[in-house]
Amino acid sequence: MLQLAWLIPLIPILGSIVCGVYGLKLGKDKVAKIACGGPILSFLITLLVLLGFLLLPEGVHVWEQILFNWIPVSDFVVQWGYQIDPLSLVMMLVVSGVGSVIHVYAVGYMYEEYSFYRFFCYFNLFLGAMLILVMGNNFLLMFIGWEGVGCCSYFLIGYYFDKKSACDAGTKAFVVNRIGDFAFILGVLFIFNQFGSIDYTTVFSAAPTTLIYGSETATMICILLFIGATGKSAQIPLYTWLPDAMEGPTPVSALIHAATMVTAGVYMVARCNVLFALSPLSMNIVAFVGGGTAVFAATIGMAQNDIKRVLAYSTVSQIGYMFLACGVGAYTAAIFHLITHAFFKACLFLGSGSVIHGMHHEQDMRKYGGLKDHFPITHITFLVSTLAIAGIFPLSGFFSKDEILFHSLMDGNIILWGMGVTGAFLTAFYMFRLVFMTFYGEARYDLTFHPHEPSKIMTTPLVILAFLAFFGGLLGIPLFHGWHVLHEWLEPVFHVNPQAIIDYSTQHMIAEGHHVPLFESLTHEPSHNVGLEVSLMAVSLLIAIGGITAAYFFYIKFPNLPDKVMEGQWGFELVKNKYEVDERIDEYIVQPTVEGSFYLWKGDAKVVDGAVNGAAQTIGWFSKLASPYQSGFVRNYALFMVVGFLAILIMVY
Amino acid sequence: MFLTFVTFLPLLGAFALAFIPKENEGTIKQAALGIALVDFVLSLGLWMGFDNTTHAMQFEFNASWIAAWGVNYHVGIDGISLLLYVMTTFLTAFSILVSWNVKKHVREYMMAMLALGTGMLGVFIALDLFLFYVFWEFQLVPMYIIIGVWGGPRRIYAAVKFFLYTAVGSLLMLVAIIWIYFIVKDATGVFTTDLIYITQHLDVDLGTQKWLWMAFFLAFAIKVPMFPFHTWLPDAHVEAPTAGSVILAGVLLKMGTYGFLRFNLPLLPHASNEFIPFIAVLSIIGIVYGALVAMVQEDLKKLVAYSSVSHLGFVMLGIFALNEYGLQGALLQNLNHGISTGALFFLVGVIYDRRHTREIKEFGGITNYMPKFAVCFMILTLSSIGLPGMNGFVGEFLILLGMFQVNKMYAAGAALGVILAACYMLWMFQRVMFMQSNNPENEKLTDLDLREKILIAPMIVLVFWIGLYPKPFLKTFDASVSHLVSVVHPDNFRPGKAGGQHASVKIDKALKKIEKQTHKKSH
Repeated sequence: MLQLAWLIPLIPILGSIVCGVYGLKLGKDKVAKIACGGPILSFLITLLVLLGFLLLPEGVHVWEQILFNWIPVSDFVVQWGYQIDPLSLVMMLVVSGVGSVIHVYAVGYMYEEYSFYRFFCYFNLFLGAMLILVMGNNFLLMFIGWEGVGCCSYFLIGYYFDKKSACDAGTKAFVVNRIGDFAFILGVLFIFNQFGSIDYTTVFSAAPTTLIYGSETATMICILLFIGATGKSAQIPLYTWLPDAMEGPTPVSALIHAATMVTAGVYMVARCNVLFALSPLSMNIVAFVGGGTAVFAATIGMAQNDIKRVLAYSTVSQIGYMFLACGVGAYTAAIFHLITHAFFKACLFLGSGSVIHGMHHEQDMRKYGGLKDHFPITHITFLVSTLAIAGIFPLSGFFSKDEILFHSLMDGNIILWGMGVTGAFLTAFYMFRLVFMTFYGEARYDLTFHPHEPSKIMTTPLVILAFLAFFGGLLGIPLFHGWHVLHEWLEPVFHVNPQAIIDYSTQHMIAEGHHVPLFESLTHEPSHNVGLEVSLMAVSLLIAIGGITAAYFFYIKFPNLPDKVMEGQWGFELVKNKYEVDERIDEYIVQPTVEGSFYLWKGDAKVVDGAVNGAAQTIGWFSKLASPYQSGFVRNYALFMVVGFLAILIMVY
Repeated sequence: MFLTFVTFLPLLGAFALAFIPKENEGTIKQAALGIALVDFVLSLGLWMGFDNTTHAMQFEFNASWIAAWGVNYHVGIDGISLLLYVMTTFLTAFSILVSWNVKKHVREYMMAMLALGTGMLGVFIALDLFLFYVFWEFQLVPMYIIIGVWGGPRRIYAAVKFFLYTAVGSLLMLVAIIWIYFIVKDATGVFTTDLIYITQHLDVDLGTQKWLWMAFFLAFAIKVPMFPFHTWLPDAHVEAPTAGSVILAGVLLKMGTYGFLRFNLPLLPHASNEFIPFIAVLSIIGIVYGALVAMVQEDLKKLVAYSSVSHLGFVMLGIFALNEYGLQGALLQNLNHGISTGALFFLVGVIYDRRHTREIKEFGGITNYMPKFAVCFMILTLSSIGLPGMNGFVGEFLILLGMFQVNKMYAAGAALGVILAACYMLWMFQRVMFMQSNNPENEKLTDLDLREKILIAPMIVLVFWIGLYPKPFLKTFDASVSHLVSVVHPDNFRPGKAGGQHASVKIDKALKKIEKQTHKKSH
C-alpha cells in the first residue's frame, strides 16, 4: 500500500491540468467533480499509505520511495523521492483532508464565477505542490513544492486579475516570499557544502557528527533556513504579504493562507530539528521571533475592521505560537498546534466566507451586526472555532496552545511565556470582538436586503471542520502518560540523541582549544510537575476568559466605549495603520530602488554608450569614402560577401 | 563529413534559394523552413549518435586547408558544443517560422537567415583557430544585414553598433590567436592553428597567459555581453526583427560563453583561476545591474534584453566556478536562456505584430483578450524567474552550488538576482497582462493562431522537460565537463601540492612534456 505514495501529489496535479485545459468545455459540474475528486482520492490513498506504514515492522520509522534521479551532476545527485515518516504522514493527512473539505466548499463559493475552471486549475495544482513539499525526501524537492505553492498562491491572490489591488498583492506575496527563498537556497547550498548531500536521511543522521554544537556554520545554516521559513510562514520581518493576500477568494485564504501553505515554515523547522538542536542561538531566535510575532500581529488584529484581515493577522499570530514552540524544542506542540489551527482557522475563514457571500461581498465588520439569526449554522460553527482559538477547555485550541505555553515556561523562559500569555489574552479579545461585531448586537447593515445562509455544499464543510476543531484536542491529552497520541507518534522524528552531539563537539572543541560549553539546551530534562501544569492551565484559561469578558464589555455591553477610549490616541492610530510598516518599506526601500534603477538606466545610455558612439562617428567619417559601394541593395551586399569569400579561397590555394 | 554537411547545408540552401524567382514567396519560405528543419533533424542524429562517455572530439573531420600557414579545416564536436549546436539548428528553423510574415525582400531575408545558420554552427564545431575566426566573423555579416535591413526605425545605428562592438573585440582575439600561433611555433617548431594541438602544447608563464586571457576575454565578454560591454545589446534587440532577437539571444550570446569554455579555460587555465574574482564581480554586477535596469524599462523588448544581461551573468559565474556543478549549470543555463528568452522575444513579437508597439504602458488586461497567449507568457515568465520544476531553476541552482564551493559571498551576491528577477518579470507581467486595458486597441487583439501555437509548444515542452528531467542534457555535458575541470584544476599549477585525485592529470602533463621534447628533437 505504501507503493501508492507517488500517486498522492500526482492526482491533484493531473486534475489541475484537466481543469485548466478542458475546463471550459467540460462545464462547471464536471470540473467540480474532477476538482474535488482528486483531493479526496489523494486523502483516501494517504489513509492507505498510513495503514501500510502502520504495518511496517517494529522500529522502522522511515520509508522512502525513489522515483527517478532528478539532477545528477557528479557527486551531487538529487533524487525525486518521497519520504513517508510520522511527520510527513501527519502533514499529508492535514493537507489532503482539510484540502478536500475546502475544495468542496469552494465549489459552492465560486459557482457564480465565469473562470470557475481556472480557479480549480490553480487550487488543485496548489494541493499537488503542497503534497510534494511535505513528502519530498530532500531539500530541493521540498523547494519545488515550496516555490510551487508560492506560485499558486500568487495566481490565486491575483485571481481577480483586473483589480489592481489583487495584482499588487499577488506580486508582493511572490516577491516577499522570494526574499525568504533567497535565504533558503543559501541554506541548502550551505548544507550541501557541509554534508555533501541534501537528502534528509543523510543530512540528519550525519548532523550530530558533522556540525559542531553552537558553531558558526550550524547557526548560519539554521538562520538561513529560518529566514526562508519566515517568508513562507509570514513571520517578522516578512509577514507583510499575508494580510494583503486576503485579496484572493476566501477559500484560498482558508486553504493556503491559513491551513496549509503558511505552516510550511513550521514543518520545515520541525523537519530540521536535528540541525536546530545544534544551534542554541538560532533556537532562541526562532522562539523570540515566534513569540514576538504572536504578540505583534495580535495587537494589529485588534484594530482591523475587515473581517478577513482580522483573521489574517490572527493567522500570523498563531503561526508565531508554532515557532515559539519550535524555538523551545517543543516540536510536538508546534505540530499539534499546526493541526488544530488548520481545523479552526480553516473553519473561521470558511465561516467568514459564508458571511461575506451572504452579505453581497461586504467585508467591513462595522456593516455587520446581529447576523446570528440569519446564519445559524455559520454562527454555531464559527463560535466553536472561536472558542477553540481562544483556548477554552475542552476545545482543541486549549490543549495545543496550553502545551506551547507550558513548554515555553519550562524549556524556555518567563519572557517567552509572558509573550505567549499576552498573545493568548489578545487573541481571545480580538476573536470575540469579531464574533460580537458580526453575529451579535444591533444590525448595522442596510436592512432592505436579507442576508442568507449559503447552501448545504458550503455549510457541510463548516460542520466537519467545527467538529474537528472541537475534538481535535483528543490527539494530545496532557497529564496522562501515553494519552498524548501525537507525541508518541512523532517521537521517532523529533528524537535527538544528545550524547552523539556532545561527544563529537566536545572532542572537536578540545582539539581546537575552545571552551567546552555546558550543552544546556541538550541536557535539559523536561520536568513533569503535574501541579504546575494544572495551575498553568488554569491561568491561561482565566486569561482567555478575561479576554472574552473584555471584548464583551467593549462590544456588547457598552458599544460606544471603544470609540471613546480610542479616540485621538496616537497609539491606536499607529496600530490601526499596522504600525505603518508597509508605508515605511515603500518609502525607504521600494521607491529608492526603483528611482535608483531609473538613474542607472539613464547613466547606461550616457556614460558607457557615449564613448562608443564617439568611436562610431569617427569611423562613420571614414566610411563616407566607401559610400559608393553602399548601394542599399541586399543583393549586392550578399554578392560582395560571396565574392570576397571566394577570393580568399582562391588566394589561399 | 556528416558534421560538415549538417553545418553547410543551410548555406547551400541559401544559394539554392537564389535560383527561385523572388515572386514565389510562398515557395521560398517553405523551402527555407524545409532546409532548416532537415538540418535540425540531422543535428538530432548527431545527438543520438553521440557517445557521452568520452570527452574526446567526435564526428571529427580534419583536412588541410591552407597548408602554408598550417591551417586546417578541422571540425568536431564534444559535450560542450553538441547541445549548443543542436539548439542553433533548432532556433534557426524556429526563427524562419517566426518570420513567416516578413514583407520586405523575402528571398534575401531567408537567404540571410540560412547563411547565418551556417556561420553560427561553424563557430561551435571549429577546432582550428583560424577556422573559428573565419566563422566568428562570418556570422556577423548576415546578422548585421538582418538588423540593418529588416530592423526597426533606428536599425542602421543598432546594426553598426552591433558590428563595431563585436569587431573591435574580435580584433584583439585575432591578435591573441596570432601570438599563440608564434608561441606554439617557438615551443614546438610546428606552424599550426589546430586547437587540439595547441591546447596540448601551449605552455606559457602566468604573465603571458594573463595578456592572452584578456584579449580573448574582451572578444567574448562583448559577445556575452558582460557588464560593462552590454550597451550594444538592448539597442540591437530593440531594432532587430523578432527572429533576429531570438537568434541573437538564443545563439549569438552563447558564442561568447562558448568562447570562454573553448579557449580561455583549456588554453589558459592558470590565468582563468587567477581571474575568478574579476569575472565573479563583473558577473554579479551584471546580474544585479541588468535586473535593476530591466525593472524600469518602458519597452518590453528592452526589458527582456536587459534580463539577458542578468541571466548571462549567471552563466559566466557558473563557468568560472571551475567545478562540475558550476560548469554543468552554466551549460544548461545556456540552453535555458536560449529557450526562455528566445520564446519571450517571440511572444513580445506576437503582440508587437498585432499592436505595432512594445510600450508597456500601452497594454493592460491582455489576458482578457488573449487567454492562451497569457498562459504561454506566464509559463515562460516563470521559467525566466527560475521557478523550480521549470528549466531555469536547475541551471541557476547548479551555478549557485558551484560558486558556493568557491566563495560563499559570490554565491550570495548572485542569488540576489533570484529576488530581483521576480520583481521585474512579475511587475512587467502585471502591467501588460493583468489589470484593465486603458487602450481600446487592446480589445481587438486576437489570440494565438495555429502557426504561433506550433512555435510556442516545443518551447513549453522543453521548459518542463529540462525542469523535471534534465538528466539527458546533463549526461551529454558530463564527460567533457569533467575533463575540463581536471584541466583547470588549480592543483595543476601549484608545485608540490600533488592532489591524489588529480594524479592522472599530472601524468598527462608529464607525458606531454616528453612528447614536446621529442618534437623539438625531431625538428
